[in-house]
Amino acid sequence: MNAIQYDVMTALPEILVLCMAMFILLLDLFLKPSNRFLIYVLSQLTLLGAAVLTTVTHVPAVGYAFSGLFVDDPLADVLKLGVYLSTAVTLVYTRQYTALRGMFRGEFYALVLFSTLGMMIMISGQHFLTLYMGLELLSLCLYALVALDRDNANSTEAAMKYFVLGALASGMLLYGMSMLYGVTGSLNVSGVADALLSGAPDHGVLVLGLVFIVAGLAFKLGAAPFQMWVPDVYHGAPTAITMFIGSATKIAAFAMVIRLLVQAMFVLAVDWQGMLVIMAIMSMIVGNIAAIAQTNIKRMLAYSTISHIGFLLLGFLSASLNGYASATFYILSYVLMTLAGFGIILLLSRKGFEADRLEDLKGLNQRSPWYAFMMLIVMFSMAGIPPTLGFYAKFTVLQSALQAGFVALVVFAVLMALIGAFYYLRVVKYMYFDEPEDHSPIVAPVDMKLVLSINAIGLLILGMLPQRLMDVCAYAIIHSIQ
Amino acid sequence: MSNVQSLYIWIPLLPLIAAAIVGLFGRQLPRASAHWITIAGVAAAFSLSVCVFMNALDGHVFNGAVYTWLTSGGSQFEVGFLVDRLTATMMVVVTFVSLMVHIYTIGYMHEDPGYSRFFSYISLFTFSMLMLVMSNNFMQLFFGWEAVGLVSYLLIGFWFKRPTAIYANLKAFLVNRVGDFGFLLGISMVLYYLGSLDYAAVFSIAPQFADTKVTLIPGTEWSLMTVICILLFIGAMGKSAQVPLHVWLPDSMEGPTPISALIHAATMVTAGIFMVARMSPLYELSTTALSFVLVIGAITALFMGFLGIIQNDIKRVVAYSTLSQLGYMTVALGVSAYSVAIFHLMTHAFFKALLFLGAGSVIMGMHHDQDMRNMGALRKYMPITWVTSLIGSLALIGTPLFSGFYSKDSIIEAAQFSQIPGSGFAYFAVLAGVFVTAFYSFRMYFLVFHGKEKWMQSGHHAHEQQHAHHDEHAHDADHGDSHTDDEHEEHHGLGPHDKPHESPWVVTIPLILLAIPSVFIGYFAIEPMLFGNYFHDIIYVNHEAHGAMHMLAHHFHGAGAMALHGLTSLPFILAASGVALAWFFYMKRPDIPAAIQARCSLIYYILDNKYGFDSFNEKFFAAGSRFLGGKLWHYGDVKLIDGFLVNGTAHLIGRIAGLVRRLQTGLIYHYAFAMIIGVFLLLTFFMKI
Amino acid sequence: MSVGLSHYLILGSLLFAISVIGIFLNRKNVIVLLMAIELMLLAVNMNFIAFSHYLNDIAGQVFVFFILTVAAAESAIGLAILVLLFRNLKTINVDDLDRLKG
Repeated sequence: MNAIQYDVMTALPEILVLCMAMFILLLDLFLKPSNRFLIYVLSQLTLLGAAVLTTVTHVPAVGYAFSGLFVDDPLADVLKLGVYLSTAVTLVYTRQYTALRGMFRGEFYALVLFSTLGMMIMISGQHFLTLYMGLELLSLCLYALVALDRDNANSTEAAMKYFVLGALASGMLLYGMSMLYGVTGSLNVSGVADALLSGAPDHGVLVLGLVFIVAGLAFKLGAAPFQMWVPDVYHGAPTAITMFIGSATKIAAFAMVIRLLVQAMFVLAVDWQGMLVIMAIMSMIVGNIAAIAQTNIKRMLAYSTISHIGFLLLGFLSASLNGYASATFYILSYVLMTLAGFGIILLLSRKGFEADRLEDLKGLNQRSPWYAFMMLIVMFSMAGIPPTLGFYAKFTVLQSALQAGFVALVVFAVLMALIGAFYYLRVVKYMYFDEPEDHSPIVAPVDMKLVLSINAIGLLILGMLPQRLMDVCAYAIIHSIQ
Repeated sequence: MSNVQSLYIWIPLLPLIAAAIVGLFGRQLPRASAHWITIAGVAAAFSLSVCVFMNALDGHVFNGAVYTWLTSGGSQFEVGFLVDRLTATMMVVVTFVSLMVHIYTIGYMHEDPGYSRFFSYISLFTFSMLMLVMSNNFMQLFFGWEAVGLVSYLLIGFWFKRPTAIYANLKAFLVNRVGDFGFLLGISMVLYYLGSLDYAAVFSIAPQFADTKVTLIPGTEWSLMTVICILLFIGAMGKSAQVPLHVWLPDSMEGPTPISALIHAATMVTAGIFMVARMSPLYELSTTALSFVLVIGAITALFMGFLGIIQNDIKRVVAYSTLSQLGYMTVALGVSAYSVAIFHLMTHAFFKALLFLGAGSVIMGMHHDQDMRNMGALRKYMPITWVTSLIGSLALIGTPLFSGFYSKDSIIEAAQFSQIPGSGFAYFAVLAGVFVTAFYSFRMYFLVFHGKEKWMQSGHHAHEQQHAHHDEHAHDADHGDSHTDDEHEEHHGLGPHDKPHESPWVVTIPLILLAIPSVFIGYFAIEPMLFGNYFHDIIYVNHEAHGAMHMLAHHFHGAGAMALHGLTSLPFILAASGVALAWFFYMKRPDIPAAIQARCSLIYYILDNKYGFDSFNEKFFAAGSRFLGGKLWHYGDVKLIDGFLVNGTAHLIGRIAGLVRRLQTGLIYHYAFAMIIGVFLLLTFFMKI
Repeated sequence: MSVGLSHYLILGSLLFAISVIGIFLNRKNVIVLLMAIELMLLAVNMNFIAFSHYLNDIAGQVFVFFILTVAAAESAIGLAILVLLFRNLKTINVDDLDRLKG
């Protein structure tokens, strides 16, 4: 097998997604609106095909392609599978929602697939250039997606804010990358790592670059104080897009943190750990406390995301494989919880009704005990109440931080989690103890109901049997990071 | 005995399965199936518990994992059971009381729209409580701990249409958060320093750490064991409602009465007591922690009793009495008489459940009026409730030969013999508590069952108060279709021409079944439980340092002799005078004056004032204690703890939330500015040029 | 005095600072924000090219080409959103973008 063949083989899932995205964009031109369902099916098949390719080409070793621009390691495979899964689930949940709002069009699916491609490139990026290109591909698609509901003033405003702040963050990231390039003379992740390891270049400039890179990453993750866009974009974007931004993209951002901080700049771990501590503390405070004052459930989930990111960052503090594995576990659990949470909101929404106020959940138990129970599981999981997945996820990151000696920080995190439990349980209170304000029946396609139920029940089952998922995360980390 | 071991997992599982079936499919199933399914589950759990108990009596102890949850970083987390006599005793008590409450609920809740939901909750509660007592590690203990808390929030807020119920719910939640925080910290410290969460491992390694010091705040050194024990006890203070974390319990009476009986009297609140008894090998290592426990318990025992005197809501009287009795158990723990605490826990579970269910029966008979000032002479109308409540009250105040006598007297004696700091105060508190207990118990008894039929007099007492506290069925809010023309729609309670009625058999049978152990269990259980080797190898007492238990055994000469001696002892005299005083105030004085007043106003005047003595008594003692109780309640409870600590924290967080919210201005340039500030912040912290 | 690496870096950082200030000091026109974003990317390009020349490494200049392309795409999307914004809100004033807050 020559080099080109190897390159193509390694990037086969990306190539498939790219071709299909373009094909769908073209196909949409020739399709009658009544046949749009075909596009949905094709998108799902694309994700399935990519998942199959990723699984088939999987080897428990690190492989570089395209002259070191691209890497295929077990971590990339696991995270990509997470991205496919969450994108596919997003598409299932959003089909009815988009159809009712005139967004069930080819460009929605093309943009989602292009952003999936962007995420895949971010996950597999081994070079500042690939990482940046993947990030921009994702971001540009997301700006467009947020503004997809063209006549909605809120969406447009959210898109503008997201665009301006996202561009600022990208600029910071690039500035940091340029500094790093200047000091190390390399743009490659392993090259930077080697250069940092071999000598001690100018530490001050390095930290300058590091700060800007951390700021760019923190923006993508939504960690305080770079979190300001999160509530507004979550609130303003159509719920279907919010769900996408809240779930899959966080996996990609997480991968970028691993690539840039852990793999490229491990030598600077002492410095970036300190930064992550500050951001983790601020995120947990802002996320948990501001969420209490929210009346819009999308905004509340936005703040909840911020606090979850705070917890996620704890996983990086131990600078050990164990810690990264628990962080991987946390991000995957977070994505599953977010999907189910937004899934319930999408389930309750109708034409002309967004179901995004907390009051809209009132008396859900009387309208549908089953989905009230599903939402109960989701809220418990987000609050970190055993035996749900969220509890275990919090538990592992706290444990890893504890092993690294951050006792006070862990105590603080537990305190914040207790405060946070309040607003999750308030949702439960609304569902079970209040009278419903509207009694309209819940209409949704069968596949959505089924997947949503599996998703929520999965939070419970994975919470009781987390060992397998943990093993997968540990496997991915151990075989990817030296 | 492997066949018995395979039963263990089913004991908690059966109520869980029943709860799941009824909870998820309750609407589809016929109404009666809700109680049949859950009662079958709990009855099966009860019979299995009895089997396990018999087995444990033979000395079999099971300690092992039934299911490994996960292995993480070298520590294992598993679902495991530790079934010894302590656990078996708790299992029998929990399942028995739970079974009685299940049966009773059929009668009490039969018109409530949340019928199946209620059964599902109480079965779920039974499951959680069983998981708590059966666990063999801290992790599972915490799981059960949180689970019982969760179900109790659901149940306190069961009538979720009432704002008071929601408020009580929130309060219970917040207060228990404080406790749980301490508890979780304690568990974390156990894991961090002792390296395991398994009871057996922790207990065996703990003595090595007896002299270990830790530095929590720089510059101060604390004994590790003291810190761990106090942190764990803070958890127990929340769950077992010890001062100052007790405020949620009286408010939790907003829930339906059966649940008050099950959770807030008999089982959940005892979780803290059980936990400390289970951890006796740790507590024995720290006399400081024991003193802390002792003082908190003594304060609770005495001062919560005072509050019982001024309540007019029948359920609240019983609630404050529960608080006071929990204080007694805590005192027993503090003086290292763990077995006495468990003994009192058991007897209390029976007679307090009895009293609560009796109160519920009275409430039903009174058509959901809870104000005792509207009751009276109910003995004529509700004979079974009357007799069983009398038995419960006699047991509560510690009448010799009744179960409460043995356990309570043992606590008082243990407090007397104890030498650790604070024991003098504790002895005084429990002794004075006896008088107070007798006074308020019989005040309630006389007001409810004797005297005049006060509901016949026009004008109900404190209507506004009733509306806040009456134990209403939800039938007036959304179930009203079948009751719209019912006169109870207008106001609860009896009209002048109504008659209270005895409750149906599903209510009275549990009362009778609970009355039996309330009388006899103490007599039969005291000798093996306290002085035999019943708790041998389970509860560890360092007899040299904490000798109260040893002294107690020295003075014990059999259950009959103890009862005989009890008749002449100080506690009995105090109890008797408490009863007498209650009789005097609430029986004697109210009905004599009316008859005499008409004939001879001068004699009436003198008699009415009891030659001045009574007035003095009333003014000085009764009014004094009422005043004290009222002030304590007002300033201690309402202002300081409720207002300042609980609501204050909530307000503070709410205010910070508003502040953080205001930072989110919606303006792009503010957001960009925040990002720049963030970058500058990181640069200033980490750039070292 | 010859022009050295540090001069280019200082110029780059000045451009970067100007663009950042442009983003958070400007309260009137959204188009200025787009211009500031362009300027920020140019500042980064300046850095990359300076380093590339100094390090004798061509990769930095290749990166610049990619950044320029992305900047073009970014402007396109930014202007598209701007058009939508004007259509929906009838204003492109930065101060008026505060419907979403709290």
